[in-house]
Parts: sequence; C-alpha cells; structure tokens
Amino acid sequence: MDTAIETVGLVKQFGDKRALDGVDLKVPAGTVLSLLGPNGAGKTTVVRILATLTRPDGGRATVCGNDVVREADLVRRLIGLTGQYASVDENISGWENLYLVGRLTDLPRRRARARADELLEQFGLTAAAKQLPRSYSGGMRRKLDLAASLVGEPRVLYLDEPTTGLDPRSRNALWAAVRARVATGTTVLLTTQYMEEAEALADSVVVMDNGRVIEAGTTDQLRARVGGKVLHIRPTRAADLAQVLRALAGAGLAGASLDAGAGLVRMPIAGDAELTTAVGALASSALPIAGIDTHVPSLDEVFLSLTGAQPAGSGDAAQVRA
Amino acid sequence: MTGQRALARHSLAVARRNLVQVKNDPGQLLAATLTPVLFTVVFLYVLGGAISGGQAGYQQYLMPGIMAQTVTVASIATGIGLNLDFGSGVMDRFRSLPIARSAVLTGRILADACRLVLGQLVVLGFALVIGFRVQTGVLPAVGAVLLMSLYGIALCWIAAYVGLRIRSMQTVQTIGFLWLTPLQFASSIFAPASTMPDWLRVFVEVNPTSLVTDTCRGLLIGGPVAGSAAGALLWIAAMIAVFAPLAVREYRRRP
Ligand SMILES: Nc1ncnc2c1ncn2[C@@H]1O[C@H](COP(=O)(O)OP(=O)(O)OP(=O)(O)O)[C@@H](O)[C@H]1O
Ligand SMILES: [Mg+2]
Repeated sequence: MDTAIETVGLVKQFGDKRALDGVDLKVPAGTVLSLLGPNGAGKTTVVRILATLTRPDGGRATVCGNDVVREADLVRRLIGLTGQYASVDENISGWENLYLVGRLTDLPRRRARARADELLEQFGLTAAAKQLPRSYSGGMRRKLDLAASLVGEPRVLYLDEPTTGLDPRSRNALWAAVRARVATGTTVLLTTQYMEEAEALADSVVVMDNGRVIEAGTTDQLRARVGGKVLHIRPTRAADLAQVLRALAGAGLAGASLDAGAGLVRMPIAGDAELTTAVGALASSALPIAGIDTHVPSLDEVFLSLTGAQPAGSGDAAQVRA
Repeated sequence: MTGQRALARHSLAVARRNLVQVKNDPGQLLAATLTPVLFTVVFLYVLGGAISGGQAGYQQYLMPGIMAQTVTVASIATGIGLNLDFGSGVMDRFRSLPIARSAVLTGRILADACRLVLGQLVVLGFALVIGFRVQTGVLPAVGAVLLMSLYGIALCWIAAYVGLRIRSMQTVQTIGFLWLTPLQFASSIFAPASTMPDWLRVFVEVNPTSLVTDTCRGLLIGGPVAGSAAGALLWIAAMIAVFAPLAVREYRRRP
C-alpha cells in the first residue's frame, strides 16, 4: 500500500522546550490515523509541520513522497487543514470564505461558486451562507472551517481536534463528512482527546506524550493492551448473578467477575466478536436482564495504563517520566 | 509564465476578499473619508482667515493638500490589516494553500489602491461641493488623482513592512502616527514652504508629501509641475523599490 504521510525522527524545539522528540509516523494512503495525547503532547506541532506551517528542526516528513520543507508547494496542493483554532475570516461571509479558498485553489469562478454552495449545503450552513462567521456559533464555525479545508478536494486531510466543543448532532454530522471523504480515498490524520472519536473514525491510533510516540496500533490492539472494553451486565434479579456468570463461562468467555454490591457482572472484552458471543450466551440463558452496556476506557485510563502516570499538563515532563 | 498568471489570479482573489471586508464594515471607510472633511473644516473655516486672510483663495490652495493628506492617513490601514491577518487564524489557511507567498501582500495592496482612488474621488467631490474649482482640465485632474494614488501605494508598502515587522497592533498604530505626522504637517499641504523658517523649509522641500502635493496643485489649479513631479516620482519609485522587497521578506520570515 502507498504511504501518504511519513515522518522519520521528527524534532521540534521551541526555546528550551522540546515539543517533538523524534516522532515516527506512517499513514498508508486511504486510511485514517488518529493522534491521541494529552495537552502539550505535540499533536498540533506534528500537524503544523505536515501542513508546511512550521519547519521541523530535525528529522523529515513527506506527504505522498513530497518533502514538507523542500517541496512545500507540492505538499500544499495535496492537503487540506482544519486547524485547532478556527482559520476562517471573521469579516467576510461564510460563502465568501469558501469562494475565496476555491479561487486560491485555482477553481474557475463558476466552479468555485458551485463548490461553495455545495459545501454549505452539505454542512447545513446554507441559511447562514450570507452571514459573517462572527455571528456563527462555535460549532457552525468549526463546520465552516472543515468545509474550507475540503474545497480543493484534498488527497490528504488534517483535522486538529475537529469536534472539540461540538454538540453530539454536529459531531455526528462532522464524522459523517469525514467518513464520506475517506470513502473517496482521502487519507486523514486526526488529532483528538477522545478515545471514542478515534474508535469511530480511525483505522489506527498513535498515542503521543511529551513529544514522543508511546504507543501505536489499531484501536482494538490498543484497547486490548489497556484492558479493552468492559461489559457490565445487570440481571433483573440479584439472585441471577451467579447464573449469568455461568452462562458466560459456558460460552467460553473467561475473566468475568461478580460484583454483588453493585448488582452486576463485569467482563473485559478483547474484541467485538466476544461481545457478540456474550450477548448470544445471555439470550440463550433467557435470564431477565435489566441493563447491559459496554464501558470504553477513557483517555485518562489509557494514559494511566500506558504511561503509569496521570496525563501530563503541558510542560511538566519530569512528572510523567519519573 | 504560469507562475505570474497564478500570482495575478491569487492576488485578485485576495483583493476581492479585502474589498468585501470593507463592504461589510463601511465604518472604516467612513472614518477614512471623514478625516479629510474634518481637516478641511478646521483649516479652511477655523484657521483659513488667520492663515491667508480669507477662505476663497486659501480653499484653492488647501484642497489638493487635503487630497494628499487623505492618502497619507489611509495608508496605515494596510499595515493594520496585515497585522490583524497575522494575528488571526486566516494566515494559517493562506499559508497551507498552494499560492505564491506574495499574493496575500499584493492582494492587500491592490485592494488598498482601489480604496485610495475611491477616497480621492470622494474628497475631490466634497471639494467641488464646497466651491473648489479645477482650473486646468479633465486630463490633468485625472493625472493628479493617479499621482496621489501612486504615492498612497508607495506609503502602503511602508505600512505593510511596519505591520509585518511589528507584532503588536498598538505599536503598529503608534508608529504609523509617529512617522506620518511630520510627513503630513511638515509639508506644503497647509502652507507654502516659502513661509517657513529655513531649518524647517529644508525638510519641507524634500518631503515627498510636499512634492506630490505641489505637483497635484499644479495639475488641478495650474502652475509649474515639472520640477516637483520629477521629485515626486523619484520618491515614489525609491519607496517602492526599498519597501516592497522588505515587506515581502518580512512576510516570508513570519512563522
Ligand atoms: N509557537 C510555540 N512557541 C513555543 N512553544 C510552543 C509553541 N507551539 C507549541 N509549543 C509547545 O510545544 C508543546 C507541544 O504543543 P502542541 O500544541 O503541539 O500540543 P498539543 O498536543 O496539540 O496540545 P493540545 O491538546 O493542548 O492542543 C507544548 O509544550 C507547547 O507549549
Ligand atoms: Mg493541539
């Protein structure tokens, strides 16, 4: 498979702060990679280097084989960027923003106009097309930003915390838009603080902390490594707890434990197949069940397990490495 | 070749964006045109009598000067606009697009040139309404507006350099006013250099604003222009030759 994004030993120094300390990434074309990490981990710095906005101090980075420093202009023809902070022009309307990007990406006038209309429609912003982004809500602005990064139909798309501050509906709409892009073969690099978002969109995940990659793999692998999901089963009658345990064991599922105090059975699940088996086992046992849900480890829990420490606030490296 | 064409296209797209900004916030344009009106009122009606013993003659002298003052003041907007762009996220968008680095700069100057010409026409219109008369002809008058605008563009490049070089918006404004003050007031905008003490006259006579003003005065109400026009054009060429590359370099250097 072709490599769309590759970084080798990427280093970035800000004063005496080493923001990136040898970051290696490899994103196959047409896939979604999620960069996960706490504040100050270096996610935005990686994105900015890959978007030709910041020069690396060491190592190299290529996009579709083009060096981000020496062949920046070629890279810019391939990429779309939705930065962490809105990069829309507050003083011209939403439509004008998209038309401007269209003209700057060399679309003919008529095509640029049509593309602006099209994207506003797609993101439900048609009614606000003529308004200034100043009057937009945070979510609307975020969507306009994403729309602006899609005008040129980029082959590689960077999304830096695209859904921070979005309500669930907007978030789903944005996820759907990203999936639609991926379906057309676009490669996506997505940074996020939410494990859930990584799971919803990404083929693979890279966890960063203090400017380094500390873990990489598919979401399933990662989840398995940090204990995976946990299934909570709450039978209607507390007396059935042991029965539930037996039903699960009977289906070949190990590791379930009984929490009489909470009135539920906990079972770690390593993959989606195990979940199906568990539900099947419960169904055939015909025990009345009041509640069943899966628990995804939060980013905090992932970090706790991967670094053995609390996620670091930006800057206090010593605390984590200690 | 295609590079030049793309640069022109991208500059036009950015210029359009800047003009749409002006359209969306007509307040800034209003302020830029009200300033000369205000100065006219102060100098012509408040001080005119004291300066030259009456309004009628002084008006013919003053109004070309007011036009020059308009472009001088309006040029700061270039620096402020660029400074604001860099302070907002818009620049990240521009810089991640495959456009020539200088398109943002040339687009800004292009839009400001439109603004300058428009400002000139408004002030000239206002002058005509209050009784100013062009005593030459249409062609020299067009020449005067063009020369003023050209001078304005040269000042815009300086403002662009300042706006990019200095990070703080307040400082950009302060510096703008600091260096524009002698440029406006130690000039022949409000009174002829011949009425000033020698030490000041030395400065006033080489001040590009004086040279531009004197040329335009000649073009609008008659009188010799050749000498001052040569000086004015030389200044304009020199200012652009020095500050356009400096501004572009500063633009490239900004992270
Ligand atoms: N322009 C800059 N000047 C100085 N330090 C910087 C600059 N940009 C980033 N840093 C530092 O580099 C480190 C990494 O920052 P970065 O923005 O990449 O983190 P992040 O993972 O995106 O964090 P967040 O989740 O808060 O967005 C931080 O310690 C930050 O303080
Ligand atoms: Mg960030």
